[in-house]
Amino acid sequence: MTFWHILLGRLTWTSIAFVRTWRDPTISGIIGGGAAAVAVGGAVVVLALLTYLRAWRYLWTEWMTSLDHKKIGIMYMVVAGVMLTRALIEAVVMRTQQAIAINNQGIVAPAHFAELFTTHGTIMIFFVGMPLLIGLMNYVMPLQIGARDVAFPYMNSISLWLTIGGGIMLMASLVIGKFSTGGWSGYPPYTELAFNGGVGPDYWIWSVSLSSLGALMTGINFAVTVYKLRAPGMTWMRLPLFTWTTLCTSILMIFAVPPLTIATLLLAADRYLGMHFFTNDLGGNMMNFVNLFWLFGHPEVYILILPPFGVYSEVVSAYSSKELYGYTSLVIATMAIAILSFTVWLHHFFTMGQSAPINAFFGIATMLIGIPTGVKIYDWIWTMFWGEVRLNTAMLFSIGFMVTFVIGGMSGIILATPPVDYMVHNTLFLIAHFHNMLIPGMLFGVIAGYYYWFPKAFGFRLSETWGRRAFYCWFFGFYLAFMPLYVMGLGGVARRSQELFDPALRPWTLIAEFGALLLLTGLACIFIQLYVSIRERHSTRVPVGDPWDARGLEWSMSAPPPEYNFATIPQVSRRDAFYWRKKYDGAYQPADHYRDIELPKNSMCGILVGMGLTACFFGFVWHIWWLAFLGFAIALGTAITRSFMRDVKRIIPAEEVAAHDRRWLDRAAAARPISRHLELTPENEGLAKWQG
Amino acid sequence: MTTVFICIAATSLSGCSVLRRGFLAPAGPIAHAERHEFFFVGAVMLVVIGPVILLAPLIAWHYRLANTKSAFRPQWGFSWILEGLIWVPPTLIVIFLAVFLVQRTEQLDPYRPIPSKLPPLQVDVVSLDWKWLFIYPTLHIASVNQLIVPADRPIQMHLTSGTVMQSLLMPRLAGQIYAMAGMETQLHILISKPGNYWGENAQYDGDGFVHQKFQVMGITPQDFDRWVAHTQQTPKTLDSEAYTSLSRQSILPQPITFGNVEPGIFSKIVHQMIPLGYAAQHEKAKSNGG
Amino acid sequence: MAGVSQPELRHVGLNLTDEPREVREQVESDVFGFWVFLMSDAVMFACLFAVYATVRHATAGGPTAAQEFKFHSAFWETALLLTSSFAYGMVSISMKHTRGRLWIAVFMVLTFCLGAGFLKMETHDFITMFHDGATPERSGFFSCVFVLVGMHGFHVFSGMMWMIVMGLQLAIYGPDQRTKINLIRLGLFWHFLDVIWVVIFTVVYLQGLIR
Repeated sequence: MTFWHILLGRLTWTSIAFVRTWRDPTISGIIGGGAAAVAVGGAVVVLALLTYLRAWRYLWTEWMTSLDHKKIGIMYMVVAGVMLTRALIEAVVMRTQQAIAINNQGIVAPAHFAELFTTHGTIMIFFVGMPLLIGLMNYVMPLQIGARDVAFPYMNSISLWLTIGGGIMLMASLVIGKFSTGGWSGYPPYTELAFNGGVGPDYWIWSVSLSSLGALMTGINFAVTVYKLRAPGMTWMRLPLFTWTTLCTSILMIFAVPPLTIATLLLAADRYLGMHFFTNDLGGNMMNFVNLFWLFGHPEVYILILPPFGVYSEVVSAYSSKELYGYTSLVIATMAIAILSFTVWLHHFFTMGQSAPINAFFGIATMLIGIPTGVKIYDWIWTMFWGEVRLNTAMLFSIGFMVTFVIGGMSGIILATPPVDYMVHNTLFLIAHFHNMLIPGMLFGVIAGYYYWFPKAFGFRLSETWGRRAFYCWFFGFYLAFMPLYVMGLGGVARRSQELFDPALRPWTLIAEFGALLLLTGLACIFIQLYVSIRERHSTRVPVGDPWDARGLEWSMSAPPPEYNFATIPQVSRRDAFYWRKKYDGAYQPADHYRDIELPKNSMCGILVGMGLTACFFGFVWHIWWLAFLGFAIALGTAITRSFMRDVKRIIPAEEVAAHDRRWLDRAAAARPISRHLELTPENEGLAKWQG
Repeated sequence: MTTVFICIAATSLSGCSVLRRGFLAPAGPIAHAERHEFFFVGAVMLVVIGPVILLAPLIAWHYRLANTKSAFRPQWGFSWILEGLIWVPPTLIVIFLAVFLVQRTEQLDPYRPIPSKLPPLQVDVVSLDWKWLFIYPTLHIASVNQLIVPADRPIQMHLTSGTVMQSLLMPRLAGQIYAMAGMETQLHILISKPGNYWGENAQYDGDGFVHQKFQVMGITPQDFDRWVAHTQQTPKTLDSEAYTSLSRQSILPQPITFGNVEPGIFSKIVHQMIPLGYAAQHEKAKSNGG
Repeated sequence: MAGVSQPELRHVGLNLTDEPREVREQVESDVFGFWVFLMSDAVMFACLFAVYATVRHATAGGPTAAQEFKFHSAFWETALLLTSSFAYGMVSISMKHTRGRLWIAVFMVLTFCLGAGFLKMETHDFITMFHDGATPERSGFFSCVFVLVGMHGFHVFSGMMWMIVMGLQLAIYGPDQRTKINLIRLGLFWHFLDVIWVVIFTVVYLQGLIR
């Protein structure tokens, strides 16, 4: 135990990516070093820019310490955007490798390739999918139910910073040490000490733990919000569909995340304390991990899919200028999916040697999920029926989703049939299938929702031109990237192959490579869209707040909304509350009288707890025990100190609320109502003309 | 209808040589039945998803804002007939598929012996880093990365792993079952026409993963007997010591054969009674400061 | 803020009916949130129990349950923990029916001492098992025993730390709204640990000692 060992644990000079690249200047090493340079350089540039713009104080007081659900939601989305960029670039590197490496080494070494697919999967699930959706739910759900914030704003901030902490760990693994090579599911015994002694699996364990802790708290928070903070009259069957899916997702998080926590915890017990939960020897059993992981993993799929289903319900109804078809069916279907999602986990390992009746049971349960899912898709189609459909970016993504998602559904039912699964399990067919579910199902939905709610959040619309370009790239990019994978999977090509041996595969890998590049272009379009929209914001402002002639309560206030959301808590008497208010002239009316509004004060406790635990877990990864102890002490100390604080609320006086509301009403009175034909023109000030 | 579809699909796909690598070009009854199941489920699902693929864009286009001729009923949101149409037929289709699923899962259970006049040939399979060991316990021979079996005779495989979890896949013959340390799983295959096929591990297990492929040869019974006799002449014996050195992490340039096998070695491997080579490698790497 | 469909504001458990409406609303969602947390914690324990069920015989030739578990100590541990739960029940009743902090404090100290007694006995058990070579590294079975029972023990320890924090808050602020809400939550937590212990006692100790 030298001094350096105590100070730095397992960290040595050669743990740093640049040193590794210096010593091993192969293409693979240079790619690794380049990625590390981008990570470090990006961080430095951002920090320098913030300092140059003197934005630190603003950022700290307005954002990082904010407990406002709207700001927390936006921060979630920003984090997810950064992580998405990294993971998509990794995907392109992997496809490039497969396109090149037919009977040769290609550009990345085997271990490096394994790191790529592990980080790609881990990031996409835990640090892109979840944060995107949690961000969207955070922003929209309280507005939809007529609440001023979520039930536990402080816990919301902790969740955010835990998620960010996990993201920081993943970024750190680019520069310091290496990430796991065991895939996003991290199956032992491969991830046990006996086979992987390095820090990789530890990075995986602790970054996933941070994310899962955050997700668990978010689940509790949102569920309680929907249960307890609904506006008067907002009964269950009047909830907007997006709120319904938020509730179901929250319930899934509450029940599905603990098995993951246990799985990673027990794996950590094996690795750190020499226990034998999943080892090969002394009574360990890796099948327990597989079961625990998928007991989480399958509901997780629906955690990722249900909120976008909610988005589609909102988007399709709003842009079809029509009531949602089959509301009750959709609610029942959502709940059915949520419940069924707990009964199918075994279909991830039909090949583990269970008896035929067990496999058949889980196969049938899996096919059953197809029924409510199909019902939902038809409900959206019938929502467009007899409507007036505005084929804008969000609708293109929605229709693109419906057409593409069902193909994934088809391959899903094929995979649910155990005899076929024996053949295509663990092959590229499986990869094609779940990307076919998640890209249209999750990502298209998030983009549609982003387009739809962006004007509400920022007060101006997004560029339609770049939105369409993004759609074409994503839509066709998807087909080009993943249809070849179906074919190669049927040809028995195993997933996670870093080198291929059959020249006949070349055309397919090249098409897939092209598709991956197109998807990356699609992401670039999304960023350009944001840039262009900010530049053109003066001609796209919608301050009155209802640019799409939409139906839910979230459209009944200014854009962007005041920090307290509602000047007075609305009274709800029907589904699509705002639509009916517009119809009967109840919208844009001043309240009888305004009351003082109580809001939580900003707090740095969330960031302290989140970063404290991150430091603690980082210490665990590198065996830097003092850091682990210090980080934990900071987190715990902050939490305890906070519990002693009594002065955590601030009051916004009634006069201020009334003044703000009056200004907004004056703005609305001055605005010219526009018809749907003109909603993409500068005429749109966010006030819709009544057209039924 | 289904058969027509299969014929069209099969002919149009036969142009793709990639598909000839996999179970769509079956070389045994199991893969054959699985291909049938694949096309069957796929065809049924096409019937289900076809309307969506057509209706979604068509309805969106017809009811587009610019089309002033289409009807507009903003407050229409329910119809019992449509509800029936979207709930009942999918349910019936799932029930229909479920009946077949139960049958086929039972029939194609990897543990189920393949009916044949000939007694099954026993092969014990051990997955190692990064190679496959095949032991013929009744013939007292073993081979690595090469599975040679007589055609038209069922093969009964018992699998275990000498290392991490792996998954045995022979794309044109039969498919996957996991091999796990300390446990035994089973797989039955039958090669109906003599020929050269291939198999692989489909579960990622480290740097040598992509090289963990092996040749599967189905040969005539006479050739097989000759091969066995020839192999039995090989001086090497698969005993505990040989197994230890075989279980080191390595990629083999070409297949190895063992002319003799220590009796009961598979059971010893399953019960983890033989020291493993990779453990020693691991210790050595550690002491070198790796 | 709560729905009009619920004229009576009630959360499951202790109701502070004489407090002003805003307080009761706050209690309602705060305490409900804690129930939801306990539910997810229960899922966590359920997973551990499931793992335990699969490794019951995975002793790998090492010591077995019957050799290592002591019935009388498990019995007295149960008695201590259940009594401490009763003591905490008295905390809740004092909170509702007495003014001031005296009785709350008295019963909380009692709860704390009983909890400490429980932990003392459990630690002693663990040390004995270590001496016998029944360590978590010995076999999958003992890994699971130590993690499952240890996880419960860790919860008990956290509950006791929480009691110290609540004691300090009681001393500083008296039984104000926040303190009361947290005392209700702490009570739920403490009783929840009883429930888990009863299952541990049955599934781990009794089942292990049969035969």
